[in-house]
This record gives sequence, C-alpha cells and structure tokens, in this order.
Amino acid sequence: MKSKYDVLIIGGGPAGALAGKTAAEKGLSALIVEKRPAIGAPVRCAEGIGQEALLEFIEPDPRWISAEMHGAGIVAPDGFFMKLESEMAGSKVGYVLDRKFFDRELVWKAAEAGADVAVKSRAAAPIMEDGVLKGAKIEYCGKVTDVRADVVIAADGVESKFSKWCGIDTTVPVREIMSSVQYVMADIDIDQNSTIFYLGNDVAPEGYLWIFPKGHRTANVGIGISGKKSGEGHRAKDYLDKFVKKTFPNGKTIEYIPGGVSVCRPLDCTVADNLLITGDAARVVDPLTGGGIYNAMYTGRLAAEVAADCIKKGDTSKSALMVYDKTWRASKMGKAIERNYHIKEYLISQPDTKLNEIIHSVSKMNLKEFSTISLIKEIIRVNPKLMFELGALAASLR
Amino acid sequence: MLKVHRDICGYCGCCVSVCPEGALELIDAYLSVEPNCTSCGICAKVCPLGALEVINEK
Repeated sequence: MKSKYDVLIIGGGPAGALAGKTAAEKGLSALIVEKRPAIGAPVRCAEGIGQEALLEFIEPDPRWISAEMHGAGIVAPDGFFMKLESEMAGSKVGYVLDRKFFDRELVWKAAEAGADVAVKSRAAAPIMEDGVLKGAKIEYCGKVTDVRADVVIAADGVESKFSKWCGIDTTVPVREIMSSVQYVMADIDIDQNSTIFYLGNDVAPEGYLWIFPKGHRTANVGIGISGKKSGEGHRAKDYLDKFVKKTFPNGKTIEYIPGGVSVCRPLDCTVADNLLITGDAARVVDPLTGGGIYNAMYTGRLAAEVAADCIKKGDTSKSALMVYDKTWRASKMGKAIERNYHIKEYLISQPDTKLNEIIHSVSKMNLKEFSTISLIKEIIRVNPKLMFELGALAASLR
Repeated sequence: MLKVHRDICGYCGCCVSVCPEGALELIDAYLSVEPNCTSCGICAKVCPLGALEVINEK
C-alpha cells in the first residue's frame, strides 16, 4: 500500500473490483480497500444474475457458478403456480453464483491488471482539505494511514458510510429497505434449474420469498420484506422460519445470511468533487427484483472510465465527473431502474386478490427474452385492463 | 439508549443504511453506535433478526 494513488476504491465487492480492474487497465494506479479480512465473505446476496448480464463482464466459470437456471416460477398468494420458460426450451437464462469465489475472481482480475488490494483495511474517515476530498484515512490492525488520491470511488455497499461523511445523504427510507434473511439449505426437494418466487402479504409483505438453487438438493432460501412491515414478532427471520418449517421441514441450514437491500430510487447525485459513488452505495439496486450484481459491476466500470478521463484532463471536480452520473442514468440500466421503481410501487400497493388475479391469467409463459421487462409486458398483454391502471407507466413499456 | 444484542446481530448492515443520523457503522464483524444516536428506533424496527433494542432510561 502506497501513500498516494490516482484512484482509491472503498470496498472489494463487484463494484469495487470492476472499478479497480478498469482503472488499472486505463493505466492508473489504483488501490482497493476491503474492510473484511476476506474478499467475498460473508455473503450478503441471493446470488442470481441473468445470462446476458453476466456475459457482458466475464465468461462463466464452473469454479464460481453454483447452478444454471433454465426457467423460473411465481407462486401467487393463493398458491397458484405460474411457470416461466424461455421460448428456447431448456436454454440457459441465468445463473446462481457462488459469490465467495466470484468476488475473489473479480478482485483477482483487478489485481492481475495492476491494482493494489488491501484487506482488513477500513476507510475510517475521508481526508478533507479546504472542504475538498483528498483521499481517506485507512485503518489496518489498529494503525491509521493516510492514503491520498485524485479520485475516490465509494463502493462500500448497502452499509456505505463514506459518501455520508462527504456530506451526501444516503439514508434509505424505512419503507424502501428490504429487511432480508437467507438460509443456504441442503437436502431439500427442489427443481435445481429453476428459481421460484413466492408473493403475498402472508408470505412476504411488500417483498418476496425466493428459492434460488445452488445445485442438487441445495438452494438459497431467502426473504425480503419492507422495513415498514418489519417489527418484533414479524421480522424477515420470523417469516422465513415459518416458510421453511412448512416447506422444508427436513432441510438443513448450512449458512445463515441476514442482509438489507435498498429498493429506493438511486441517490439524487452520485458524484461530488473527487468522488464517485457506485453499486449498492449509490442505491442502484433494481427496485423490483432487488438484483444488484450487474448494476454494481456496470457502475464500477463506468466510474473508473470517467475517473481516468477526468484525471487525464486534470479536472476531477463534481462538474467534470458529472458525466458518470448522466451516463448511467441514460443507460439501459438507469432506465430499467426508473421503470422498475414504478412497477414496484404499483405492485406493493395491490392487495393479494389482485396479485392472484394477475398471476391466474396464465399458468405458463414462454418468454422470448427472459427478463423482468418481457415478463411485465407479457402480463400486460394477457391482462389488457392493467393498461388503464398503470396509466403513463404502461405507455413507457410499449 | 440503543442496545445491540451481539449474540443476535448478524452484522449485515441493514440498520446502517436506514439510520438518519449516520450514527451506526459496521466495522468488519461488529456494529458500532456513535454518541449522536437519538434512540429513534428505526434501526430496531428494520433489523431482520431483532438484534437492536431501544432501552428507555429512567
């Protein structure tokens, strides 16, 4: 670890790793600091990612692919099952990753590209000079070292503090935090190539419960409920325990994973002077699915690209870095977040009877393109009156 | 005051994201509560495990 880098990256998850790799490839000196003693652990994720999304960044490798998904299913509040398949029967539509090894692979690639990596190293405070960010105080085994940088990339996840210390309000509204718990379960009867989503106020209020297979007779079984609906005696863990007791009474839990997932709109602004905010820290999780791996990798890479340009031009002020904020908002990812936010807001306001009605409209869907947007479009096609209820939103889906 | 039940806490950081005061921080495997905590109880509500409790002082 040196005392000065072009780019300092706070956090060694997918956003930080892609930022580090990209910065190094652009010829910048870069340091990734990870507060945990190990990259990838503990896991805070259901580990699902779409096939195309993953391929945009990395070739799938059996070392960190737990299972290949060929389809999905949605269970309505009344128990009705809707099966979702790709038009190309039997083709891969997505993966369930092994994040412990996936994250290591990404950071390893950053290191290979030339980035420095420091674990058990926590950004304890920003270095501010005349109100301008100049780096961070990095704590390692009780010792604090100043690490200066032209640009800091905050990739510090849902529990992000760095941007807050720089004066940016990152607080997630209570109703928009998914209070979550997941068990990695073994010895359970599942379809090992299909993800299942359970909806309903009794199962997962304003959220969903998921089964994401990790292989033969093993899966991530988890739940996210709105923070608004959480409280003593009816927390995410209570709902999950109830489901597991009923559905997998003989299953064994081999890993216990709590977590928080933001489903709010992204931060109003994801840049400041010498600062770029990425991934979960920027609140760029998909508000409908809670998926954040792709969005983290995308924003991490973009942040480093913009940092490289700005450093080269000698201007890393907020206005120069704004191109990062503008680019991701105009991207396919940014537009999907905005659109899915509206869909999420619509769905959480519906009673179970309405969700039953929507899901009952079809027992099996063959999707041309296996994505949430094509699912929503198909649902609207078979429920034409939803067009009226969705109003302006429906128009944007055409 | 806010009490962290360390035997229940899974150090996931869910609480940190909703704290309006920025009074919580997840330092590796433990949660730290800063003096600016107002005991508003938002974190205790959203905790997926029930690890946080606001204790009324007399």
